[in-house]
Parts: sequence; C-alpha cells; structure tokens
Amino acid sequence: MNNFSYIKANDLPTAFGHVRLGDAAKYIAGGTNLIDLMKYNLTKASSLVDINHLVGNHDIEELPDGGLRLGAFVRNAATAYHPLVEERYPLLSRAILAGASAQIRNMATNGGNLLQRTRCYYFYDANTPCNKREPGSGCSAILGYNRIMAILGTSESCIAVFPSDMCVALAALDAVVNISGEDGERSLAFADFHRLPGDTPELDNNLKPGEIITSIDIPQKGFARNYSYLKLRDRNSYAFALVSVATGLELENGLIKDARIALGGVAHKPWRVKEAEDFLKEKEPSAENFAQAAEIILFGAKVFEYNSFKVELAKRAIVRNCMMALNPESQLPGAQPSA
Amino acid sequence: MSTRPAIGQPISRLEGHMKVTGAAKYAGEYNVPGLLYGYVINSTITKGKIISFNTEAAKALPGVIEIFTHENRPSLAWFDLSYADMDAPPGSPFRPLYNAEVSSNGQPIGLVVAETFELARYAATLMEIQYEEESFRVDLKENLAEAHTPSIGMATMLKPPPPKPKGDFEEAFANSYAQVSAEYFHGTEHHNPMELFATTTIYEGDGKLTIYDKTQGTINSQLYVGNIFGLHFKDVRVISPYVGGAFGSGLRPQYQLFLSVMAALELKRPVRVTLDRSQMFTFGHRPQTVQYTRFGTDEYGKIIAMNHKAIGETSKNEDYTENVVNWANMLYASKNTLMQYELVDLDVFSPLDMRAPGGSTGSHAIESTMDELSYKLKIDPMQLRLINYSEKDDSLGRPYSSKELRQCYLQGAERFGWAERNPEPRSMRRGNKLIGYGMATGIWEANHLPARAEAIIDSEGKLQVSSAVTDIGTGMMTIMAQIAADELGLPVEDVAISYGDSKMPFAPIQGGSFTTSTIGSAIKAAGKALRKKLFKKAKDMDSSIFSSMDIEDVAFRDGKISVKDSPALSVSFKEIVAANKGKAIKTINFSVPKFFKLKKYSRAAHSAVFVEVEVDEQLGVINVTRAVTAVAAGRIINPKTARSQILGGMVWSVSKALREETITDYRLGKYMNQNLGEYHIPVHADIHDMDVIFVEEKDENVNELGTKGVGEIGLVGMPPAIANAVYHATGKRINQFPIHFDSLL
Repeated sequence: MNNFSYIKANDLPTAFGHVRLGDAAKYIAGGTNLIDLMKYNLTKASSLVDINHLVGNHDIEELPDGGLRLGAFVRNAATAYHPLVEERYPLLSRAILAGASAQIRNMATNGGNLLQRTRCYYFYDANTPCNKREPGSGCSAILGYNRIMAILGTSESCIAVFPSDMCVALAALDAVVNISGEDGERSLAFADFHRLPGDTPELDNNLKPGEIITSIDIPQKGFARNYSYLKLRDRNSYAFALVSVATGLELENGLIKDARIALGGVAHKPWRVKEAEDFLKEKEPSAENFAQAAEIILFGAKVFEYNSFKVELAKRAIVRNCMMALNPESQLPGAQPSA
Repeated sequence: MSTRPAIGQPISRLEGHMKVTGAAKYAGEYNVPGLLYGYVINSTITKGKIISFNTEAAKALPGVIEIFTHENRPSLAWFDLSYADMDAPPGSPFRPLYNAEVSSNGQPIGLVVAETFELARYAATLMEIQYEEESFRVDLKENLAEAHTPSIGMATMLKPPPPKPKGDFEEAFANSYAQVSAEYFHGTEHHNPMELFATTTIYEGDGKLTIYDKTQGTINSQLYVGNIFGLHFKDVRVISPYVGGAFGSGLRPQYQLFLSVMAALELKRPVRVTLDRSQMFTFGHRPQTVQYTRFGTDEYGKIIAMNHKAIGETSKNEDYTENVVNWANMLYASKNTLMQYELVDLDVFSPLDMRAPGGSTGSHAIESTMDELSYKLKIDPMQLRLINYSEKDDSLGRPYSSKELRQCYLQGAERFGWAERNPEPRSMRRGNKLIGYGMATGIWEANHLPARAEAIIDSEGKLQVSSAVTDIGTGMMTIMAQIAADELGLPVEDVAISYGDSKMPFAPIQGGSFTTSTIGSAIKAAGKALRKKLFKKAKDMDSSIFSSMDIEDVAFRDGKISVKDSPALSVSFKEIVAANKGKAIKTINFSVPKFFKLKKYSRAAHSAVFVEVEVDEQLGVINVTRAVTAVAAGRIINPKTARSQILGGMVWSVSKALREETITDYRLGKYMNQNLGEYHIPVHADIHDMDVIFVEEKDENVNELGTKGVGEIGLVGMPPAIANAVYHATGKRINQFPIHFDSLL
C-alpha cells in the first residue's frame, strides 16, 4: 500500500472536485473491498476522498409510487434488518445476509456493494496476467484453475465472476441505480449498470469517472409472498457463491403471473433471462416448468476445465429455489442441515 | 484436608484470561525504542535466477533504512549442517538470501528494513527485479514416473521407513476371497495458524541477542541462530511464551527468524519481521500425496493380503518424509504385506509436518479401503475392524504397551447409536436429505524424548518449575502445573511455571504428540529429586522428627512433609527453606526414556470415530451433522484441555475432508488462494454436534505418567469416517480430499 492523502468530503461538489483533480483519487465509503485492493497493491490511490459524511442518502425511505429508496450510504446490515425491507423485500434481506460476514456487512455500504470487484484468484495476484487488472496482458483463468469462474456471458479476454449476493436480488427486483456526477443526475436500470467483459474487462460497470451512486430504488413489487434466495458455496458462510439464485414469484389462481429469476456466481453480472421468465407466465408452478425455465437460462453456457459442474448445479439450484419460493417458510438455505 | 490430586482435573488454561483479554504478548508484539520493521520480498517466479535488483526507488523513500538481498548480505556459515535444525529432513536445508537461485515460488529473496511496517511493505513494491526463468514442475500426478526411495537421515529416527514385506503379497492377493484396490489423492495444504509468523530481535550489544520468535522450539531456534551467525549459544536467548497456534509450522525455524536476526546484527538495532497472510503460503506445507491400496480377505473378512503404497511430494533440496504406510499392519494383522513409500522431487519449498503428518494421510486410504471391503463382504464396517482386531503390532511382532481400541469401538458406537444404521447405501433419509453413517479407526504413535526440568521450593514454600518448552496453545503450561503440583503435594495455585525461554532447561521441539510425555516425565523426575532433597534437608534440621525415618515413611501434602500415619507430625516446606538459611532448594534433572524397555513395546494412541452426514440429494451439499470420537490415549492429565485438542482435530477433520485445499496452478507453479477468504477452513456454520469420549486406559509401560498425547489423534480417523459416511449416504465413493459437494451431482 502506498502513501495517500485523506480528504473528507461533506458535499457532492467537493467530492467531485477532489476526484477530478487527482489522477488516482478514489472515493471511499465502507472500504471493505478497496482497502484489501490497496493492501494487495492492486489499487494505488494518491488520495482517498471519504464520502461517508456526504449530506443525504443515509436513510431508507418510501417512494410515492410504493417503492423504496435505499440510500447509498446505508450499511448492508442496516438494510437487511430494516423493517420495511424485511416486510416488503425479504428476498433482498436474505440475499444480503447470505453474503460476506457480519463484520463486513456492518461496514459495507449499499453503493459499495454494487462496486465490489471480482474475487478471481488471478485478478488478485499482481504477478499473473489479467486483462481486468492490466488490459492486454491476457487471461490466466481461462487455462488456469477456473472452478469459481463464469459460464455465461464470458469473453476471450475475461471469465471473471461478479461476487455480490445483494445485487442478485436487486437484479431480480428490477432496481434502479441513481447516480450523481458533475454533469448532473441520471438513473440506470439495474440490468444496464453492470457490464459483460467483452474486450474491455477492466470496466465492471457503466459508472463514468467521478460519478457517485447516491441511492438505489426498488419498485413496489417485492414478491414478499413467494421468494427465495439460495446460495451454494464451498463452506456454509463467508464464501462466495459458486452458484446463487434469487427467485420472486407472483401467483394468481394457481398460475404464475410474474416470475423473476436471477443467478449469481455464473457471470460478470447478475444473470437474468427474460425468455425464461416469460416462459413461466400463466404456467403452473411445477418442478417441470421450472426445469424448462432453467434450460432456457443456461442456454449457451460455456464451460472451462474445472467449472463444467456449474451448468448442472445452476439448473438444479433454479428448480430447488423456485420450489422453495412457493413456500418461503420451507427455506433451508441449501447449505444448512435440517433442524 | 489433603490437596486433591490435580492430575485428572478439568482445569481451565492458566493463561486463558491473558489470551482472551489481549494481555498475552506474542512474538510480533514486543515493542522497544528504535524498533525497525522488515518486510520480506518474495520471488514471483517459480524457478530460475535473479539477474538484478533495482533498489533505487525503494531506497529513495525517507525512512527506508536498508534493503538486504543475496548481493549484500553478510557472510554466513558455509556448511549445510549449520542450517540443519532439530526437524531437518535429510538433504540440504534452505538458506535464505544465499545466492541468485530461485527454487520455489514465493521464496524469500530480500528484506526491506524501514521505520514502519507500512513503509517497508510499500518500498518492497517499488523494487524492480529481473529474473531469468527456467522450466519447472510442481504437479505430483504428472511426475509419478520420477518417484524414488527417500534418503535416510536423523529425521528417520522418528519416521522409520516402511516395514519389510512379509509373505507373498501378490499371490495372496490374487487368491483372496474379497479384494479392493483403490487410489487416493489429496493436494497441498497449509497450516495457517491464526498468529502470523513473526520475530522481534533485540540487539543487546557485545554479540548478544534477545529474540522473540514464533516457534515450537525455543532451543531449536537458538541453536539455528547460533550456528548460522557464529554466535555463542549463551549469547542467543530465544523467548516464545505465547504461540497462537502452529500445527507443525513452527517445528523448523522459519525464514523471518533468519532475516530478523541478520538485519539486527548488521544494523545493530532491534528489528521485527512479521509475515503477512499470503507469505504464510511460502514455506512448509502438507505435501500432495497419491496413495494406492490393495487389500484382500478370506471369506470371513480376515485380511490375508495388504498392499499400501504412497508417493509424496518433496522439494529438490530435502527428502521430507512421513509415516504414511506404516500404520495398516499396526492396526490389522496380515500374513502377506507390501508397504511402499516413495518421493517425487518438485520445484516447491520443502514440505513440513502438519498436524498428524502421514497418519491422517495414510488413514484416509486405509480406512476408506476397509470401508469398501465391508460392503464387498456384506459385513458391518465396525464388525470388520473387530474381526481384524490385532492385540499386538503385527508389523513388528511386538505387544502394545496398552491398547483399549476395542473399548473405543464399543463405547463410541453406543454413544453414537451405530446400531441404528441401515447397511444399504442411500437407504436412510431425513426430508430431502440423504443420511449417511460412517466410521473409521485412528492411530498415532506415543513417543517420548529426553528433556530437562528444574524444580525449586522458594522461601514461601511454593514450587517453581521451569522448562524451555513452548505452549503452542495446547494447554501445556497448565498440565505442567498439574503434574508438578501432584509431585510435591501442593495445590496448583502454589506452582509457578516458567517456560518458552531457551535459557531454561532443555526441551525438544513441541510436536508429534510427545510433549506431555516428554516434559511431564522431566517434571516428574525433577519433582522426585526435589522431594528427596527436601526430605534430606528436613532430616538435617535440629531435632528433626524425621531423624530416624526413610523417605518411604513420609508423605508430601499440603505444602508439608508429614509422617505417613500421623499427618499431624509435619514440617512445612517454608520451615525447611528457613532452616536452609532462607536459600531456595532446587534441583535440575535430565529425564531419559527407558529405551531398552520401550523397545519391547509398540506404543500408540487409538481412536474410533463415528460420523453422520446429511447430503442434499439434488444439490450435493454435505453437512457433518454429528460425530463421536472415542479415544484411548493412556492417562488424561487434564480432561478439559485434552477434549479441546480432540475437538480441534475433529473440526480440522471437517476441514480436511470437505473444505481446505491450497489451490495450485500447476502451469504457473504457484499457489493461488493465499488468504483465509479463499483458503476455506470451517466456519461456525460448518460445525455441528461433536462429542468426545476418553476411554480408560492404564499403561505402566509407556512412561511413568502413563500418558500418550492427544495432539494428533483427533485428526487421524475422522476424515475417512466422513468420506465413508458420504458413501453410505449417496453410494458415491470420492477418494480425493477435500470432497467437493459438486462431485456428488
């Protein structure tokens, strides 16, 4: 870690100003990922602009249309345990609590959760080629130990996975990301926020230089009656997903009126396939139909030497999670033994 | 009322409060004025030569004091012998900063010394290093054709080569009624104790050093430093009172010790070198090992042919060996045996003993093979072990000094409810989970080494005991106090233990489950001598009540010597010291095992382990829901600390069977998950119901205390018991550790 200067910003213009001026200035909020990256010498910031003290966006508030606005600086734990989130968006609450550890969730912010970087081994080892870390240097994971890597939306330059759990639920819930920059404010649909690697894997998302996420809106529909989050990983806590699934179902007269299925641990962004969700509409909520939807979602999956299991695991996880969504009380988070 | 014997009491660790409140200081926490901080530079290539260092940018930083590399290091000892430590395998020990050669990825190649740790770490990133890379090989399975017989050396004493073949294995196997042949594999594992390796060297002037080192042997570190740097041993003092776990990684002096001492001597200032977590993956490790078994039985399940072969990894410079294949015939008799052990030299750092080295490896293959045989024979797995129960060590034809393994099986099975097991695989269910019951046997040798201890009765009539031994978190200090208290008939509160300091009486490295026997026996010998001396002093007192008595006529209790049959007739220790003109009464004794007597016996602790797993039928997710370990390890000095040792081994068993692995990129020749986020050791949510039984076992032969040690035995039997339970649950036998849940899809 290099020496850096620390600047506390109390308002957005001050924050923008500092980041514009410094070549390698970085915003810091929870810091749960940034500090690691600095210790590994992967991120060399000349100054850290502390945005924890910006006025506003420290609360969770109801929107006039019945949705909820999650302030970017609200901590992950506070979000997961917020009464309105627990009541109306239990899927989001479950997903957040499936991630990281209690200590990290207490520190990490909602905005920062969207901006965490991949946990690809090769990205973290500065002495191996990695196109995400050093564009043009090559991808070590494609021919390396790729058990944890992506099977969907990969490119020849990167097969890294986006590690967030929270974002898998936000994707399923059709969240909207509110952004402020020097040019003003804008909003991005969640699906448009993160990017696929393509030939620019160094870009994780569509945030422009200097911009700050100020809040995340979730629309009214929260699937609070039929939801489930399933995370499959190499240990029961404090491990990233090999495959995770967020499901929200809206049922009417015994048929599926609306379905949302988002996958984590399989791609460079939370993975949703509209055709699969459309397929389920007006169908019975049966294991057979969910299995069909899973086939559609995994269509085109490309596997590597050590991660071919992810295709079958994802399919089974989708079916299991959709079945659990029918009776959210039945949820065994997959990794837990029976009571 | 007499003091209750301390041995056998579940006393909490005497230093426990200090540890949990942060009052206990570890090697990297000693602060002195002017302390400098070293950060190690590690090679980023796997094999080759360093062409050049450019240190300009790093050195230009204000506060950077010096950068040491092979180019500017001081001249050092020349001979391999000087670098050899108490645990060195045959070969040529690694020499830090010796020359431009790089022989493993992450090899230390330099040290930045600066005024702060952060500065030193940052300066290290500014170093420009040019290498000339050479091709390498780090994949054991790709290089099995290169396997060779290990060299013999000092380390062979505790790790004998495989027993000689008996009978005609091939013929007996070919003619056996039931046969199993199987292959097993586990990759590299790293110890990863919580405490990072650290050394703080205080330069005292006049060639004298005080060194706070994370180690499992203060005297081992002292001799190593003295030999390499040409210092008088008495001028090198190594202190290590608290050790935050080691699991074998501290059995050899690690490179931070060398670098810290070198820098302190050169700069004539105190220097601390602390490794970071990723650097904890740059030295010793459990070697990747391939195993093959072929077991054949008669129609009754009696084993008649047994072949166990293991091929382990070692470095190019040393032949690190383990006892992998010596156990099967110790456990189960067989007239025809063939035990083989070979090594493949790879471009890696030398492997190093890691909790239950070899034993946990061998039992994986032996006990999984036994399980597979039980299904072939349609005999209950525990029954098969009882059919093959051997009262003697069949590999050497010797009796055991004691062996209550049968009771381990019976009591463990009873506590677990083994009788409820349906023998059919995939036959037991709970909701959408498959249930599996598995069991296995564990064995670990009970060794005993020479050691010294000092015992003193002070002017308060209290006992002080000292030994150079470390306490790596096992509860060593507490059981030392218990053993000493009973020797003199004092309560534990009246015993002060000094330890973890090389200036104290000699102790070997702490490991191999031999420390309780070794240090306990030394304390017992010192206590016995001290009793004699006290009695003689008491007899010499004016008008002594003991003047016509022998030591057999008196008892040592409640801080007094009293007449056996008339406890009221007594003289207190305090009075004896007062009569000795107030001078403390002390003895220092060397305790040597009775090697001739011991040679008549095989000595081992045993265990039987029973495990329940739940496997999600569709998703493959595995949980160890229940486990019982029944242990026969002789006399248990402290049931509380001993239970913690076994529980620690059981948690580690879950880790070994289902979680931990050092991910190696064989193409790049390096370890890829050098942090505790990605090196998966169990979390609380992975650990469920665990139970420990200590089976009563009297052993009058193993040593005077009748103890066998419990450090390793908890990790020997349980990993294969988990694999066997997974088979029973799913009908799938996965012979590779860790078992990834997706392999059950």
